Amino acid sequence: MKYCVGIDLGSTTTKAVVVDEAARVLGRGITNSRSSYDAACQVAVTEALHDARFAQIAGELAHMGVEADRRAAWVRDIERGFREQQYRTQLLTLREELRGAVALREHDAALEQALATIQERMGAESKALFAADANRKSDFFRDLAGSRYLEHAEKLARKKGSGLSFDTLVGLFDKAILEVEARSTEAGAFAEHALHAARELPERSRELERAIEAAAAIPMEEASSVGTGYGRARLPFPKERIRSEILCHGLGAHLMFPRTRTVLDIGGQDTKAIQVDESGIVTSFQMNDRCAAGCGRYLGYIADEMNLGLHELGPMACNSKRAVRINSTCTVFAGAELRERLSLGEQREDILAGLHRAIILRAMSLLSRSGGVKDEFTFTGGVARNPAAVGALKDLVRENYGELTINISSESIYTGALGAALFAWREWNRKEVAA
Amino acid sequence: MSVTTRKPPAEKSAKDDSQLRQKEMIARHYSRLARAPETGEKNVYTFVPGNLTELLRSFDLLPVLPEINALQSGMRGKSGDYIALAEKLGHSEDVCTYVKCDIGMLKSGNVGPTGERLPKPDLLLLSYTGCFTFMKWFELLKQEYDCPVVMLHVPYQADGRITESMRTYVSTQIRKKLIPALEQVSGRKYDEDRLKECLQRSAQAEEDLVWVLQSAKNRPSPIDAWFGAVYYVGPIFSAFRGTEEAVEYYRALRAEIAERVAQKLGPVTPDGLLTEEKYRLVVEGPPNWTSFREFWRMFAEEGAVVVASTYTKVGGTYDFGFRHDADRPIETMAEYCMGCYTNLDLQTRVGILERYVKEYAADGLLVNSVKSCNSFSAGQLAMLREVESRTGRPAGFIESDLVDPRYFSAANIKNRLESFLQMIAQKRGGPA
Repeated sequence: MKYCVGIDLGSTTTKAVVVDEAARVLGRGITNSRSSYDAACQVAVTEALHDARFAQIAGELAHMGVEADRRAAWVRDIERGFREQQYRTQLLTLREELRGAVALREHDAALEQALATIQERMGAESKALFAADANRKSDFFRDLAGSRYLEHAEKLARKKGSGLSFDTLVGLFDKAILEVEARSTEAGAFAEHALHAARELPERSRELERAIEAAAAIPMEEASSVGTGYGRARLPFPKERIRSEILCHGLGAHLMFPRTRTVLDIGGQDTKAIQVDESGIVTSFQMNDRCAAGCGRYLGYIADEMNLGLHELGPMACNSKRAVRINSTCTVFAGAELRERLSLGEQREDILAGLHRAIILRAMSLLSRSGGVKDEFTFTGGVARNPAAVGALKDLVRENYGELTINISSESIYTGALGAALFAWREWNRKEVAA
Repeated sequence: MSVTTRKPPAEKSAKDDSQLRQKEMIARHYSRLARAPETGEKNVYTFVPGNLTELLRSFDLLPVLPEINALQSGMRGKSGDYIALAEKLGHSEDVCTYVKCDIGMLKSGNVGPTGERLPKPDLLLLSYTGCFTFMKWFELLKQEYDCPVVMLHVPYQADGRITESMRTYVSTQIRKKLIPALEQVSGRKYDEDRLKECLQRSAQAEEDLVWVLQSAKNRPSPIDAWFGAVYYVGPIFSAFRGTEEAVEYYRALRAEIAERVAQKLGPVTPDGLLTEEKYRLVVEGPPNWTSFREFWRMFAEEGAVVVASTYTKVGGTYDFGFRHDADRPIETMAEYCMGCYTNLDLQTRVGILERYVKEYAADGLLVNSVKSCNSFSAGQLAMLREVESRTGRPAGFIESDLVDPRYFSAANIKNRLESFLQMIAQKRGGPA
């Protein structure tokens, strides 16, 4: 079958959305952005196609008459198994790259032994890492493998008389992971991994395996693609297949919520306020200028300052009883203000609530400069997943513009890629019609 | 499809002629200023908006334009250091960067953009007080040079027109304050016949300039009326209005552009001839000088041509009929002082932008809001909304600065510009 793909290359993550010939979403994929833009794009598209394959498997199962609950459970299980297989394959690549990196150094038996130990331990724990009840903070190989590697490396280096330098071990990983990421499309091999996952299930099912084989056999042909995002000038596409992220976010939000008139997108390094008409065409927009205060990175910085995970900030801020007023709109000054407030004995959750409100106040200013907030209002981007940011936004929108519908999709991170996919589909459709 | 520019063919050097001539004129002027301490020629520091070049020239006084020095320093990559020096001397980060660039240049030996030392002022003349910063700027220079200062108080066109009493108010100041001061500095008597000759030459040059700027109504436009036109307005807004050199320059420029119109050629950009005009834009606000060519390239690469701009009216607004009138020498100068673009009220400015969008058949309005200049920037967003609703064409907003390189974020500006252009394409149902 033919498909069209949209890619959103962001400063933090790269997203891909694949749509079919009728412009229906087939699959979504995401990966961390990295030094190789080509690799990031390829991985995101491969992930989106895998996602599409899982949907096709579910389709085949439905066709076979398998009931819905069972279908969902099976797909969930093989997807988990599939991720584990992917992880293991990438661990092998990591091993190769580490070997290569260590070979460039002077022979050091202790170091080589330590690397072997770390990898052995990482291999042994991968089953648990992907267990049904496991809580993974990230699904990106760099983050997952990185945190495991560092933990083991630290333990080994700390051992008295080990003669190992933690910094050396970290340096080797940093070098190797770049190469692994550049090669990570090799982790593909959908049918092989999926079948392996199916065979590992406690109860093997011939039906499931047939569905996987049938889905994997559907030929997939890329008909058109469009790229967007911060790295778009370096996307591996010709210029005419590149669209501004403003247009893509506007159209993507329209597709998710057709009555959208105002879109707010808060991404890693920019904030966009966009007005769209009834067809999703952008009529006006404003972006943060000169300075990225009030963007997603601001929260990342605060999380680092407080030694918390990015995803922990919002829930903690939601526990606030009395938000502290934060005046600094500059990220670095806000960090200083944060430390000062802590030293004054303010509660962490109250300070965090104030910081979330400060970032949303910046967004409110952009929104008003773009033409205000109209009904319906759609909030997208990574920050839309943060409950404290959403809460502050809802309050401020109500105070300034009254009651209106605020849409937030759980898939909001894919908004730009979805818009790009539709642009790609229109391009292909226009050519089809012409032909 | 992505390539819209090509190198100009060897025989196509006509455009370069006017640019070359303009460069020579300016270089000659700077040399003359550098030699002034030896030749004994006197000079007057004054600003671009609503300046009185003809009057100065009639006294054989040489104008020095600090904003031109600043923008030239910006284009030559020197402004960053000058600004840093001025900040070191205590000027805040929020002060207009033209001022800081000038102060930094002064404190670095007052070496002008061409590498020659500029003379000390014999007089500081402020003929337009609509910009409050100008007053403070000359206050600083006065501390430095201890020379006489003349400040005309110029009323704001709050109702979009010049009344009789406003005209009288400014004319009286020219007669009673300025002319005696110029007589003193130059050692010459006021010679009205000589002034009238200068004003006649001004009107002639103005006529040709207006023709050149309005040539952008053609399709394709033979000029870029913002980036390209800053070269065209250089002589008339700086030291040359009222001179024979300026008359000749504008006559030659007009002939050159007429030739481009006849051949249906687009403008010449830093990368050569623009062969496909995809977007016609009206621009409000000054350009950025520190990344001038890079900024222009962002437009040219997308096939975007500026067909009308308000910045090219920053010295004086000619396209609605004003010409210097030799029959009323003092009054016409008073009107010129009050007629520069930033002395016009916001409604008049909205009206001008609306006319530009319609008369030049533009696809949209783009505002470049500069951090330094509140005379331009205050109210721009409201103006944008108003023009948008009156014309029904899209408007875009970008932000940069005049000569502070720290405020030109290329990736951000390119992003916004491309988004704006794609928004235009999408609105007209093109390949967005």
